[in-house]
Amino acid sequence: MFAHEFFRNALLAGSFVALACGTVGYFVVLRAQVFAGDALSHVAFTGALAAAAAGVDARVGLFAATIAIALVLGSIGRSAAGDDVAIGVIFAWVLGLGVLFLALFSRGSGGGNGLLGARALFGSLFGLSGAEARLAAVIAAAIVAGVLTIARPLLFASVDVDVARARGVPVRALGVAFLALVGATTAQATQAVGALLLLGLLAAPAGAAHRLTPNPYLALALSAAFALGAMWLGLALSYAVASLPPSTAIIAIAAATYALSFLLTAPRPGARAAAARAGGGQN
Amino acid sequence: MPITSVLLVGGPSLDPVSDLRQLTEFPFMVNALEAGTIVAVMAGVVGWFMVLRRQTFAGHTLSVMAFPGASGALLIGVSAAAGYFLVSGLAALVIGLAAGRRSRGSRGQESATTGTVQAFGLACGLLFLSLYQGVLANYENLLFGSFLGITGGQVLALAAVAAAALAALAIAGRPLLFASLDEDVARVRGVPTRAIGTGFLLLLGMAVAETAQITGALLVFALLVAPPATAQLITPRIGASLALSVLIGVLVTWTGLALAYFYDYPVGFYITTVAFAAYLLARAGRALADRGALAARTAAPTA
Repeated sequence: MFAHEFFRNALLAGSFVALACGTVGYFVVLRAQVFAGDALSHVAFTGALAAAAAGVDARVGLFAATIAIALVLGSIGRSAAGDDVAIGVIFAWVLGLGVLFLALFSRGSGGGNGLLGARALFGSLFGLSGAEARLAAVIAAAIVAGVLTIARPLLFASVDVDVARARGVPVRALGVAFLALVGATTAQATQAVGALLLLGLLAAPAGAAHRLTPNPYLALALSAAFALGAMWLGLALSYAVASLPPSTAIIAIAAATYALSFLLTAPRPGARAAAARAGGGQN
Repeated sequence: MPITSVLLVGGPSLDPVSDLRQLTEFPFMVNALEAGTIVAVMAGVVGWFMVLRRQTFAGHTLSVMAFPGASGALLIGVSAAAGYFLVSGLAALVIGLAAGRRSRGSRGQESATTGTVQAFGLACGLLFLSLYQGVLANYENLLFGSFLGITGGQVLALAAVAAAALAALAIAGRPLLFASLDEDVARVRGVPTRAIGTGFLLLLGMAVAETAQITGALLVFALLVAPPATAQLITPRIGASLALSVLIGVLVTWTGLALAYFYDYPVGFYITTVAFAAYLLARAGRALADRGALAARTAAPTA
């Protein structure tokens, strides 16, 4: 298995992408921003198509479009968490723009665009070259470092916006900076492993970690570990079963982890009533 | 109908009467306008509740379930419609049951569940496609629809689904509204909020599954979110914003279809762009109005 270069490349890029998605995902779920991540991954698709239509390198379009839209999403709505409905509206428009660029691009080059679309959406973990894999690993490591740098204030700002603001934490700037990091993650993950895998690794490991422990740093570590575990198991599984695409295997394992966390933390009747009382007091 | 123009793509003459005549000259265009209107009306109402309940993400997730639905149906050799309904309904059930109580603390979990369902659904679609080992024809049409090949029979099917969805909402509208506006109070008053929430997601899934086959999944999503969001920005009154949502949806669809007819770019681009422009206008107007109201009072922190 490790004798094949394509597999080593996939393992290298996949591991770092999984770590980045796990750490970013912890905060994404904490701040209920999975939709923003989803929207940004489609922005990446549109950005790549726009760059292709304009004849520029697709990666430039990817990063420029996702980070720009991340800044827009962060600057609208209250507390820079991004407003669900506003994200939806912008998202719909970005998809419309994607159709336009697709039409422009396919007019320019003639055919083959469906394949390009499939590749941009689903990536191809097993199709990475050594240089691509190393670049993906470096960018992902930088993203993890970025998230860990702002982790403490971001946690404070995410858990209790009002108190954080009163204590002088730059809540809005943090929110925008975090969304820019999400944008960078999407841009790099989309081209390396595909938007589909990104969404799965952003949502499922972090969702499971949040369910399993209330301790933030433990959950952060668990989220990264689950993502990494899903990546490794998924890669091995898809290597063993040839007809199973790696993205499907990885996401199936991540989703199974999340489903398992529901079973493990299924609230007992008494606990549910207590939670309902606590929730009622909160609102 | 008299044929006034033999030009197919000549741009509008800017004479409303002759432009309108040119638009309705071909049956495919009449069908497209009828289908678009039906979808816009239904999306305007269903989407209004979706936006009110802040379930845009769920709406998008259900609309992309068209992909695993279509590829799964291909793989096991059933009709695409069956695949759409099955996958969409399953996804709606999972999201609705897993989300549970929709309190502030559970927003993160709800967003994680929805994201996982979407990723898993798409991953299954990818698997089905790779097992099928064939080509899923019209990959773009699946997502964006074509609008141009709509038959009269499809228009009738759309109308039937829209009528069923609107009837269901008319029956469940009041408790749904109650549960959407204040879930805690509604639950205390004995409204089965969880069942209603799951039921609404199922309805949303069914509506999206039917329309996605004809007009494309992403266009449905655009019509579900943008016109209701615009209407709810303009007025907080329930009846007025519901009516406005339908009106905006229909106008956006007509404008988009007309633009696509006269200027040769994809209809999905025109409809989403017009809808987005309307939303931006409403948002700008809202910001101006809020600023005026804020100047009247002393600056108070927003809730």
